[in-house]
Amino acid sequence: MSDVKQPRSRTIVSAASVLRMPPHIKLRHEAGRGRWIILGPERVFEPDEPAVAVLKRCDGVRSVTQIVQELSKEYDAPAAEIETDVIGMFQELADKGVVVAA
Amino acid sequence: MNDLTPVQTQDADEVLQSCGRAPVGLLAELTHKCPLQCPYCSNPVELERANTELTTAEWQSVMRQAADLGVLQIHLSGGEPTARRDLEDIVKVAAEVGLYTNLITAGVLLTKERLAKLKDLGLDHVQLSIQDVDDANAERISAYKGGLQKKRDVGRWVKELDMPLTVNAPLHRANIENLPNIIDFAVELGAGRIEVAHVQYYAWALKNRAALMPSRAQVIKTAHIVEEAKERLKGIMTFDFVVPDYYAKTPKPCMGGWGRGIMNVTPSGRVLPCHAAESLPGLEFDNVREKTLRDIWINGQSFQKYRGFEWMKEPCQTCPKREFDYGGCRCQAFAMTGDATNTDPACSLSPVHSDFVKIAEEASKQEAPAFVYRRMAPVKAKAPAEA
Repeated sequence: MSDVKQPRSRTIVSAASVLRMPPHIKLRHEAGRGRWIILGPERVFEPDEPAVAVLKRCDGVRSVTQIVQELSKEYDAPAAEIETDVIGMFQELADKGVVVAA
Repeated sequence: MNDLTPVQTQDADEVLQSCGRAPVGLLAELTHKCPLQCPYCSNPVELERANTELTTAEWQSVMRQAADLGVLQIHLSGGEPTARRDLEDIVKVAAEVGLYTNLITAGVLLTKERLAKLKDLGLDHVQLSIQDVDDANAERISAYKGGLQKKRDVGRWVKELDMPLTVNAPLHRANIENLPNIIDFAVELGAGRIEVAHVQYYAWALKNRAALMPSRAQVIKTAHIVEEAKERLKGIMTFDFVVPDYYAKTPKPCMGGWGRGIMNVTPSGRVLPCHAAESLPGLEFDNVREKTLRDIWINGQSFQKYRGFEWMKEPCQTCPKREFDYGGCRCQAFAMTGDATNTDPACSLSPVHSDFVKIAEEASKQEAPAFVYRRMAPVKAKAPAEA
């Protein structure tokens, strides 16, 4: 119905993706609340433990594959299993604007 | 309830346990001055005058106290917050104490230099309001010439400065048919987020309800347009869709629950549980000039009054949905029934729900009356001149 120009495109996450949190997304531990939070434009997200583990490694340098390998070692779980979950999680975070392609 | 009923008292720990949290957000209405005169302005009809506004140091103290209390995000609003020449000094302190700073602006007073300065001082996000994407109609709604072109410039500067942008588009009868173009405009401007917000009928909007109220068919159409656009723009722009509760079956969880997550400070320092709370009788509003934010949040009479579930009557008291909607909006309940403890008339379980819907349906069928523009009341003749 609308022939809008789309100057931007959706980030599709794959194993090879390298992602980062843009400067206006702030992952922070709130001592007063005893938990991790993500602050964004008019949003406060409360990431669960796996999301925090993933986001702490999301530095614009490591690829999704590298992050998966690290998590696989740390949590002693098969990389193949983790990979699907991590890609899914990153895709969701990308769609919310919490991570972008590096 | 009679005059001898003791006011329920709780000690601070109990309140913190019962409300369970510190406020997440604080809406700082830095000033009620605004060059625009939108007829749906959320400010009270009785606007506060510039000579009653908090000083720079007082606002800076509010920022420090907010961070200390556990507030995460500060929404710098108005009126038009950029009408305060000390906005930079306030942003600087807010950023220093770790608050996530959000500027809610109409944009027309900004320059690129000022925006760059605000960014350098730590401003995190800009929310830019638009009235319509048709220049002439935007002028008619805001009673301000050339506003839309200025907003295009501001949107471009925000992106050039690599800052995140939200476009806020209040929807009503006079612009609702333009929604697809409004969404396109936000995409082209580079917004990462859009608020498609049906006007909420309080204060100036309530005064202008007959001029602003869309029809049910128009509202349903906007829901379809937003659904389609959300899917098409996934990963490009996120949507916040605020529905008009006159056509809803369930009430909105107003303010996320009274005294539960948000506090509002007016230009003169009055602390409100919601920006329309002054329309309710029997509330005492504390001022940051006299008490700390922490004390007001925990013990303030106006915050205690409708916090939690104790105050509720039926059908709310035993309703399982009270955990989600908190009984809806107190101001709307009072405006419609004369008793703020009644359920929100937007709820289909309210005995006056059908009357409430009828108001909207009938208003939307009438020819729209002229807008009553948002203006300061004229100063009374006896008021002495400023020295």
